[in-house]
Amino acid sequence: MSEKPALLSSPLHDRHVAAGAKLVEFAGWEMPVQYGGVIGEHRAVRSAAGLFDVSHMGEFLVTGPGAQSFIQRLTPNDVAKLTPGRAHYSGLLTTAGTYLDDLLVYRLGEEEFLLVVNAANTQKDLAWLREQLDGEVELADRSMDYALLALQGPKALKILQPLTETELSAMRYYRFADGVVAGCPSLISRTGYTGEDGFELYLQPADAAAVWDRLLETGTPAGLVPAGLGARDTLRLEAGMALYGHEIDDTTTPWDAGLDWVVKLDKGDFVGCQALVAQKEAGTERRLVGFEVEGRGIARQGHPVMADGKRVGEVTSGTWSPTFEKALGMAYVPHSLAEPETELALEVRGKLLTARVVKLPFYKRST
Amino acid sequence: MYPKDYRYSKEHEWVRVEEGVCTVGITHFAQDELGEVVFVELPEVGQSFDAHDEIGSIESVKAVAEVYTPVAGEVVAANEALVDAPERVNEDPHGEGWLVKIKFSSQADLDELMSAEEYEEFLTSGG
Repeated sequence: MSEKPALLSSPLHDRHVAAGAKLVEFAGWEMPVQYGGVIGEHRAVRSAAGLFDVSHMGEFLVTGPGAQSFIQRLTPNDVAKLTPGRAHYSGLLTTAGTYLDDLLVYRLGEEEFLLVVNAANTQKDLAWLREQLDGEVELADRSMDYALLALQGPKALKILQPLTETELSAMRYYRFADGVVAGCPSLISRTGYTGEDGFELYLQPADAAAVWDRLLETGTPAGLVPAGLGARDTLRLEAGMALYGHEIDDTTTPWDAGLDWVVKLDKGDFVGCQALVAQKEAGTERRLVGFEVEGRGIARQGHPVMADGKRVGEVTSGTWSPTFEKALGMAYVPHSLAEPETELALEVRGKLLTARVVKLPFYKRST
Repeated sequence: MYPKDYRYSKEHEWVRVEEGVCTVGITHFAQDELGEVVFVELPEVGQSFDAHDEIGSIESVKAVAEVYTPVAGEVVAANEALVDAPERVNEDPHGEGWLVKIKFSSQADLDELMSAEEYEEFLTSGG
């Protein structure tokens, strides 16, 4: 028998167990993959709301003189455009312009930022940032100081508003504010990873259970359900959102992944800038596309895209979509196969599935 | 939970024997591990297999599992209802969620399988 390092537990662990969650290991944490079932949870988020525990994500506080320059230097998006109370989606790139991680950058103050990173990359990102520190910039790992709840769905605002005095309808997408939810201090941000309207609540770990309970108390009559990592993945895939380790990793640049809008080449120098300029001029060799499988079977990460008996690309993510009731996915393909309606051959367990290229995102909310 | 008159394989299939024909399905444990089934791939009637051959697959939202026949024999029926109602595998894995019926050729294959009690023991010991 070998000893495995103990898994980290979310402050909401007992709530998950009580709610009948199926817990799995994820990035060194024990997290709920589903409660009643992925399909039901997914559909609840699209029609009412779902409540996700994403406390496993990493949070770093960057402060002090030069904090803005530091983040500006290490990310491709333009931090100078952020005023306090605004966040944006960005990346941590290598000198080759490839992804170490994707992340959210929140501007808390003039020289005060919160970086929110993927759970699986927390230690890697921290080590990289520490290596790059200079001057008087201070970097603090605050990952264990935050619980994080994501309330997502068309009814999210209606469910959250009674629990806070913050005027939620005045909060635009990717804006945030310090507030109080169910009597507990919270950074409330209008962000999410599902393609629906929603809010993410950064809380003190000791307050997480109380807020979770109050949200479910208020929200259950409106259709709110707890939702796990399984639904989180099917939702983000329908919304065409990248997941690190799938669409983006240390072999892909923002151009490859269709994340051109994240890169502000004219903002000044940043790590990876030169490589990105060069790749832009030379052109990329492949494109990330969405696809729909025709017929039965599901293509998933790693399944090859075949043409004339040769492997020409690869599926990055794939699943069965509860909204569209068919197998969907994303894949890297050569430019010649990237036009919508192009037929793709995907090799799945020795057989070829036929798929059609579809424009991303598959799903866009109507409001 | 596990019908006493069925026999069970280490691959989490169950077998119900009636006059030379085995009905085969996957167990409650297996469907629970898989999650919500969306596609079931079944063999054709008339196909013959050796014991432990792959005869099809069951695909859920998040995973796929191959199905193996615990017994050698010829497929005499496949549960076509699962094409339009794959969720039956989750809802009633030991009953309406049956996969195939096989006219089996060797009693020895059956003798290798576990009883309900042995299967439950197998599960608790981390099988």
